Amino acid sequence: MATTTQPSPTLEPPPMSVSSNDPIAIRSTVPPPSQVVEQSGPASGSIEVAGLNVFYGAFQAINNISLTIRPNAVTAIIGPSGCGKSTFLRTLNRMHELTPTARVEGSIRLDGTDIMAPEVDPVQLRRVVGMVFQRPNPFPTMSILDNVVAGLRLTGRRSQKELDEVAERSLRRAALWDEVKDKLKANGTSLSGGQQQRLCIARALAVDPEVILMDEPASALDPVATLRIEQLMAELRQSYTIVIVTHNMQQAARVSDETAFFTMGEDRAGYLVETGRTIDIFTNPKNQLTEDYVSGRFG
Amino acid sequence: MATAIPIMKPPIATRLVRSRIDRRRATFDRTMRTVAFVAAVVCVVPLAAVIIFVAVNGAPALNLDLLTKAPKALGVGGGAASAILGSLQMIPLAALMAIPIGIAAAVYVSEFGSRRSARIVRFAADVLVGIPSILVGIFVFTLLVLPFHQFNAFAGSVALALLMVPVIMRTAEEILRLIPSSLREASLALGIPMWRTVLSVVLRTGLTGILTGVMLAVARAFGETAPLLFTALGSRLVNVGDFSKPMDSLPIFVYTNARAPITALNQQAWGAALLLLLIVLTINIAVRFRSLRGRVL
Repeated sequence: MATTTQPSPTLEPPPMSVSSNDPIAIRSTVPPPSQVVEQSGPASGSIEVAGLNVFYGAFQAINNISLTIRPNAVTAIIGPSGCGKSTFLRTLNRMHELTPTARVEGSIRLDGTDIMAPEVDPVQLRRVVGMVFQRPNPFPTMSILDNVVAGLRLTGRRSQKELDEVAERSLRRAALWDEVKDKLKANGTSLSGGQQQRLCIARALAVDPEVILMDEPASALDPVATLRIEQLMAELRQSYTIVIVTHNMQQAARVSDETAFFTMGEDRAGYLVETGRTIDIFTNPKNQLTEDYVSGRFG
Repeated sequence: MATAIPIMKPPIATRLVRSRIDRRRATFDRTMRTVAFVAAVVCVVPLAAVIIFVAVNGAPALNLDLLTKAPKALGVGGGAASAILGSLQMIPLAALMAIPIGIAAAVYVSEFGSRRSARIVRFAADVLVGIPSILVGIFVFTLLVLPFHQFNAFAGSVALALLMVPVIMRTAEEILRLIPSSLREASLALGIPMWRTVLSVVLRTGLTGILTGVMLAVARAFGETAPLLFTALGSRLVNVGDFSKPMDSLPIFVYTNARAPITALNQQAWGAALLLLLIVLTINIAVRFRSLRGRVL
């Protein structure tokens, strides 16, 4: 089912503005230690989901999903409302455990390690698999700077110098540095919606994850802010594994390398219909349901 | 289909003329409006009356002597220093006990407890708020006074703390429930542990609102008389730091001096009453002012 081909040359990332502050340039000149290691071996951050069932109490939200998520690529999860896209995403860093009735069967392997195993600590897992939410949710009591480094500051002792460095690096990677460098002490909620969302992305990057989960990250934003987020994703995919849930099929087509189409069955449990290269899903789907959905006939 | 049967209506001009029923309704309306207005005035008048009454009677007695001098053991003269110092010791100790318990209970109910246990704790706190404070006094009396055969300030603090806990818990819990779960998720998704999320994100975000509850509880404790009658008892002596002995407090001072058959002592009672009123009003107005400006969270 899942294909693990290399990025197709026909699927170039969307055009982006190249400036002297291009985050990629900074990232390539000052790579963090983990990335240096990564370059010598195979790319890390691949996720292999096998036979995943998710239940909320007696209700089955996800039915037997198996899916491979390729590292250093953008994988889009599309499908109609209520088909379990967000639920699926939340199981990937065990955020589903915040719902008391949620229960998971099957396995999710991150670089071969079963993240559901009892010896895996969800708190540690979430530092490796970060998340960006639908609505920008900066911490309202914290400054821009404090928001970015919250994940570091609240998980251990670090020098202010180190925190400042991480903050600048993360804000640059999130393409927000130039807009906020003069007001790092300002409240995080004083930014515009799009800036807040990039602040949340910077915050997720600051803890140095391998995987970034994005749950409709642009659906609360205006078109211009949406475009910036999409450009950002195209840049980030070179260093991170990105999984994005989106309602917006054009967005999925624009930003992703791979697409997985979910829908729900008679019992309202979500299941995987088809997955593959985005270009194939959108231009040459194998399944009639996929074709109907991507051509706008349902959902 | 059949054509509609024409309905004979009176001309519009006739229909608009005020009928007798309309006139009766208008009269009734005016009457009830007046009744409601008078009732509203009755609600405001007591507050104004109490403030004016206490201010007029208390102002002459509220002087430096009252604030700084200890009461005389016998006869007239002296001041309310024993009471002021007593209140300023027992209430902080009570707050020290009540704030952690109240906030921790609120955290449990809003962050960790099941819906069922949350309901039980919330219900218990609501009932505790409504319990006559003298019952709390008697309870603490049997617990902390009878065994030692000694009225003591510690028992007074405990009684006040018992009255503060539910107020703090309920306000803190309301505030914590207002904090969007997206903030908790944002924090947890960064790999921040739950305890740190609660402390540095949830409680930090709700701090202003929680402080409001704490201040309201402190204001309430300042004015409580009944629970202190059986516990700290009151005293004519300045007691600084000895919580195993009786201790004076402002409301008890007002109570005893107002009952004394000596006009000078009655005057002191008015002065202390005005001081108490000023303290409680200041706290309350400060809190309202802040929440009026929308600083709930």
